[in-house]
Amino acid sequence: MVEETSATGWETQLSKNEQIAIDVRDAVKRYGDFTALKTISLSIKDNEFFTLLGPSGCGKTTLLRMIAGFEDVTEGGIFLYGDEIENLPPYQRPVNTVFQNYALFPHMTILDNVAFGLEMRGANKSDARKKAGEMLELVQLSQFSARKPSQLSGGQQQRVALARALAPQPKVLLLDEPLSALDLKLRKAMQLELKHLQRETGITFIFVTHDQEEALTMSDRIAVMSAGELQQLGSPNDIYERPRNMFVADFIGETNLLEVSVDKVENGRAICHLGGGHELTCNAVDEVGVGSKVHLSIRPERLFMSEEPAEGESLKAKVRENIFVGTDITTILDLADGPEFIVRTSNSDRGNKRIFEPGTDMYVNMEVGAARLLVD
Amino acid sequence: MATAKSAKFDIKAYRGFKAITLLCLFVLYAPLIVVTIYSFNASASLTNWEGVSFRWYVDVFTGPESGKFKTAALNSFIIAIAAATMATTLATLAATGMVRGGKFKLRSASFGLISLPLMVPEIVTAVATLIFFNAIGFDRGIMTILLAHTAFCVPFAYLPIAARMQGIEDSYEQAAMDLYANKRQAFTKILMPLMMPGIISGFILAFIVSLDDFIITNFVKGAGVETLPTAIFGSVKQGIKPNIMAISTMLLGLSVVMVTISYFVSKADNTK
Ligand SMILES: Nc1ncnc2c1ncn2[C@@H]1O[C@H](COP(=O)(O)OP(=O)(O)OP(=O)(O)O)[C@@H](O)[C@H]1O
Ligand SMILES: [Mg+2]
Repeated sequence: MVEETSATGWETQLSKNEQIAIDVRDAVKRYGDFTALKTISLSIKDNEFFTLLGPSGCGKTTLLRMIAGFEDVTEGGIFLYGDEIENLPPYQRPVNTVFQNYALFPHMTILDNVAFGLEMRGANKSDARKKAGEMLELVQLSQFSARKPSQLSGGQQQRVALARALAPQPKVLLLDEPLSALDLKLRKAMQLELKHLQRETGITFIFVTHDQEEALTMSDRIAVMSAGELQQLGSPNDIYERPRNMFVADFIGETNLLEVSVDKVENGRAICHLGGGHELTCNAVDEVGVGSKVHLSIRPERLFMSEEPAEGESLKAKVRENIFVGTDITTILDLADGPEFIVRTSNSDRGNKRIFEPGTDMYVNMEVGAARLLVD
Repeated sequence: MATAKSAKFDIKAYRGFKAITLLCLFVLYAPLIVVTIYSFNASASLTNWEGVSFRWYVDVFTGPESGKFKTAALNSFIIAIAAATMATTLATLAATGMVRGGKFKLRSASFGLISLPLMVPEIVTAVATLIFFNAIGFDRGIMTILLAHTAFCVPFAYLPIAARMQGIEDSYEQAAMDLYANKRQAFTKILMPLMMPGIISGFILAFIVSLDDFIITNFVKGAGVETLPTAIFGSVKQGIKPNIMAISTMLLGLSVVMVTISYFVSKADNTK
């Protein structure tokens, strides 16, 4: 259903079966007569930082809990390095979870929390504690090992949860919005730390978030989900630059979504009509033929303004408003009898790209190919 | 205070509120206070105060009735400890099933069944238990008292345990199972320690209820077997002597201490 858009593609991935860490095959999840997941299939590669991204309620947690073993799989299967696991209880799956609320055992010390998984796996107490101490060193919390979880800050608890889940060396680590409770600065720092930990340990991470920026920053590949369905699977660059449909384009980043009708398709290019006599050329898409009324996505940072029409695509417009947003300036434009456009100019670029006063007539320009046709 | 102020109807604004409150408190506590004070009376009289003395306390332990009371007290404590232990175990299992068993059919019916004995008049339970033991041909004695106490103590132990358990998120057990603990290990290593304050408080409540029970005990005890309450009753039938007041005061003191412990333990947090 959903094409793999990354350079590797499906074939190389499927032929080397041992390289797939988690393979979800036609998994369906129903709660009574409510379908939370509608036939999801995806393969997560060994040693990959994989992100499930989607708005609240789209089924990310449900999918993660099915992989961890806390939810039954209504239909379909889940494979871990080729072994079918969907009928195993959680304690028989070499998969560990960092819970959203951390779920640190409140009656145990930090050290005992981290040692718990090792002990349950059969290590004796002193070995488990030694290993746990090393894990705490890795997340720089050694000095807190005798404390109880309630005596740590949110960010520290977060790192303990991470150490506890990593200590038994799981084959796959599941993280359900682990950073959502942290403030912005700490979140940014933890994003980097998580990424480093993933590289260092070589463990496959499956990360859940509804924050598209976080997903783009951290992931090797992203699965965008909505309403229990997979919308697109690909690298952050694919997802951002080549969104497959309306939902993905709208959900990831900011974009100009324009309703267009396709007038002509030739040489792999589609001529689209925007209304008010304005025309744009963009790359044709197989699913979109002549005469279709579809949407077009143009990222605001791919647009620039000038007094005279530039090379490539140019449209005549009038400036409505400039909004200063720190690193950027956002300009809202109106096309005569046509749609409005949002243009983003980086503050550092202001020497090269001009900002116009409201009310000025000018041209808004883009490279051919900057606009992308979407299937609905 | 804050809630009283913000409430639309401040009950304290009603005329006579204070008087009624004082009257209720008086009716509730005056007898206890009188008994406590007169247990320290130097005289054998129940009404004339003749100075402070511990004479009746000494009498309880050394006087003519001391042997009877000692045996009865021993029976009472053995029964209370055994019954509370069994009731607490059953109540812990029941609470685990009720709170962690997910939604099952007849769940509210089960809850009703567990807590109903709290509302049934004790005399009914007493008669029913007696008839039951007769029907199955069980000889009355310490054993019957123990079984009856275990049965009626279960709801008292259940309530604090279930309340505690409801406050424990199930993500802790999930985290344990995620970390390779099987169901039994998740229960003994994670859930049980977190529930401990509720379990202790349930045990103490059951212990006190068993220790104080008179009606049911009186029905199901065999001839010659006495617990402290039945022994006190037997003694009182021959006329009230101040030594009874001394025993009552000691029992009262024990109850107050135990209920206080139970209260603080149930609020205690073993997670800090
Ligand atoms: N136990 C359940 N019974 C019935 N419906 C459920 C249950 N658990 C989840 N759902 C439903 O399944 C859908 C997906 O839930 P899920 O928790 O997976 O969403 P999510 O993508 O993790 O959202 P969020 O970002 O808010 O955490 C929701 O509509 C939710 O209401
Ligand atoms: Mg969720």
